[in-house]
Amino acid sequence: MSDIAVGRLSDEELAQNFSDMYPRLDRKTALIEASRCYFCYDAPCMEACPTGIDIPNFIRKISTDNVRGSALDILDENIMGGACARVCPTEVLCEGACVRTAQENKPVVIGKLQRYATDWLMDSAEQPFVRGPATGKKVAIVGAGPAGLAAAHRLAILGHEADIFEALPKSGGLNEYGIAAYKVPDNFAQKEVDFILGIGGITVHHEKRLGEDIHLGDLRRDYDAVFIGSGLGSVQAMGLDNEHMDGLYNAVDYIADLRQSEDLGALLVGRHVVVIGGGSTAIDIAVKKKRLGAESVTLVYRRGAADMSATLVEQKFAQNNNVTIKHWMQPVAVKTVEDHVNGVEFEYTELDGNGKLAGTGETTVLAADMVFKAIGQVFVPDPVSPESGRLDLRNNKIVVDEHYATSLTGVYAGGDCVVDNVGLTVAAVQDGKQAAKSINDYLMNS
Amino acid sequence: MADLTYNFAGIKTPNPFWLASAPPTDKEYNVVRAFEAGWGGVVWKTLGEDPPIVNVSSRYGAVNFNGQRMMGFNNIELITDRPLDVNLEEITRVKKNWPDRAVVVSLMVPCEEEPWKRILKKVDATGADGIELNFGCPHGMSERGMGAAVGQVPEYIEMVTRWCKKYSDLPVIVKLTPNITDIRHAARAAVRGGADAVSLINTISSITNIDLDQMAPMPTVDGKGAHGGYCGPAVKPIALNMVAEIARDPECQNIPISGIGGVSDWRDAAEFMALSCGTVQVCTAAMHYGFKIVDDMKTGLSNWMDSKGYKSIDEFRAMAVPNVTDWNQLNMNYDIKARINQDLCIKCGLCHISCEDTSHQAITASRVDGERHYEVVDNECVGCNLCMLACPVENCITMEEVDNGKPYMNWNQNPLNPLATAAE
Repeated sequence: MSDIAVGRLSDEELAQNFSDMYPRLDRKTALIEASRCYFCYDAPCMEACPTGIDIPNFIRKISTDNVRGSALDILDENIMGGACARVCPTEVLCEGACVRTAQENKPVVIGKLQRYATDWLMDSAEQPFVRGPATGKKVAIVGAGPAGLAAAHRLAILGHEADIFEALPKSGGLNEYGIAAYKVPDNFAQKEVDFILGIGGITVHHEKRLGEDIHLGDLRRDYDAVFIGSGLGSVQAMGLDNEHMDGLYNAVDYIADLRQSEDLGALLVGRHVVVIGGGSTAIDIAVKKKRLGAESVTLVYRRGAADMSATLVEQKFAQNNNVTIKHWMQPVAVKTVEDHVNGVEFEYTELDGNGKLAGTGETTVLAADMVFKAIGQVFVPDPVSPESGRLDLRNNKIVVDEHYATSLTGVYAGGDCVVDNVGLTVAAVQDGKQAAKSINDYLMNS
Repeated sequence: MADLTYNFAGIKTPNPFWLASAPPTDKEYNVVRAFEAGWGGVVWKTLGEDPPIVNVSSRYGAVNFNGQRMMGFNNIELITDRPLDVNLEEITRVKKNWPDRAVVVSLMVPCEEEPWKRILKKVDATGADGIELNFGCPHGMSERGMGAAVGQVPEYIEMVTRWCKKYSDLPVIVKLTPNITDIRHAARAAVRGGADAVSLINTISSITNIDLDQMAPMPTVDGKGAHGGYCGPAVKPIALNMVAEIARDPECQNIPISGIGGVSDWRDAAEFMALSCGTVQVCTAAMHYGFKIVDDMKTGLSNWMDSKGYKSIDEFRAMAVPNVTDWNQLNMNYDIKARINQDLCIKCGLCHISCEDTSHQAITASRVDGERHYEVVDNECVGCNLCMLACPVENCITMEEVDNGKPYMNWNQNPLNPLATAAE
């Protein structure tokens, strides 16, 4: 029989397990860390930052107590600098490129310093950004996640008006519904949304889903331009039988429930949990289940550690949280008893002579009370609007050019829903910011 | 094991590390703790005439640098604020209980013969090993015609030194103020007056920083501040230069020198000794970390001397003096170029930007296979060292001598010098 229960841990244990993963730096520690920055010329960290923040400059400003100047350096380039400071995989971005990584494998803690500066500004309750002179142009934005909010904010700076249509009841996208809870506690995502909207000129309409409540054709007709930053909606299927049995969950749905939960003790937790996938979401759900009190959590990925899109630091983080990671196994069947999942049968895998992944024929069954799919999502285009048929897609994602323009004139896109996006908050913010500049060019020249 | 004992102008000391005349040597309690920790000697905080002076509240300021505390230190304290008899009694007892340590007494009284005569007699009775004349204190006492006010007038230095030699049999060390344009004039005056030794530097007139909220200098006393005396690691380069100036001055030949100014560890001490100092005096480092630092000073100096084969301090003392010269003696045909070890380079670009923005445009920045690459342009490199100094990686940039086949030629011999004398 499956063993799924609520309240496996006490409220105190849950509070501790879901508190701030890394508390903010105090001033003294920040100054010591800032003093470790060499103020590089043509700094590799800057180049590694998708939003191109002038990192040496903002760190130097921390070291002189010019924290406001530091925060503005960050936010000018990345309006979600606060969220990115918390959730960026810095080990493969700025900190991975830090020359001190090359020198002594101990980078300047750029992410934590960025949080120090941006927290300072947000704590000050100042609204440092001002709307540009009104242009009279209106832009519709689909999705109030990082890409959509970043686009709206930049458009406001440029004097345009933005209407955001968001499918869910809250703004923030994955910052609100997806990112690991212990990375953004204390309702940070909503505070950041409020900060971004504080510039003015941006209206968010919640529970307006593309293809159901709003349609691309209408948006094109009613607005001067459209930006799609809707992220990925639907979870990919594994293509197995029994994929809809009780006990098998989409990781993103469970995480969204957890993020919106007032009482973590009320969440269902299996005794034995299996997670299938190799990205940040897989790591996140695995760690969360462990921290919610699961006895064993096993993360299974069909290839090796280096192939996982989760960084090695993330993998180690999961292992430090007593998650077992198994490589080179792919699911072949969901095992059930009385219509409920009780395990997953995996086939061992290897690379064949051509370097292609192939099953070895050998199998094993991992017992599981709960199974989570974290194998990626796909963009859900507007199924109604005839215009959607003319929106070029590839691999279920929107094709854009270097200006973030889609195949439809006046329609731009960015964030997770476009081809080649790496699926990071910071990349979505950059897309939104850059797309807004392109939209501005389009609006002001047409 | 190297022999660290030293005879400084007749004052025997088990090691060359003395505490300078300052708060750490103000009373028996501190001095005993210092001797227990292993210090070779102390210069007792300056005695004056009764009634004792009165100090103010808030006395020290500091310059912190890049997260490091007390890189520079400043004080507005005056001489001892305790009655003369109390100090004399304690000095007597300390010397009696610690006969192997050097106990030197710092003195400052008005610039008249009688007060000096009076106090010297009392100090002689304590059994102390020597006296140090405080001609350096740059604040407070100088307003009253003492301290630096004396040290800035060579005639006064000579006169007071002569009185001290006349009325005391103890070795006389003259402590010099750096708040002058040429330290040699003060040192020569001390030599003329018969000084047995000089010690330097005393503190440098300074304002460490301005409190931008109070709009007043630090340390602040009820909203106001006065200039103080600057010391600590920041002043060491100034002290080394002044010591070197005296060490190579023909009129000061062989005058023993006790080096003071930012000495914080054994290496600092060895540098002062290489410029001819026989002992060093420490204050700021002890005030920062306590007396235990002398342990590293003693073992560090001893280990270094062993590694170099120096058996006693005199075996390496003053060895650097002949290499301190005037600029016009430097070899203008000596040619060095920067060399970048590409394997050690971490791509910070500081060598490039420092040279490009502020110097000779002698290091190019490029990309090789997408990787940052920095390369020296020999024709533009003047061998200034800036890139090597800016580079955060040890030994990544070195300066390499290039053989240009040209013989030694100094500025005096250079044909471009209108006043050149023909090369021999």
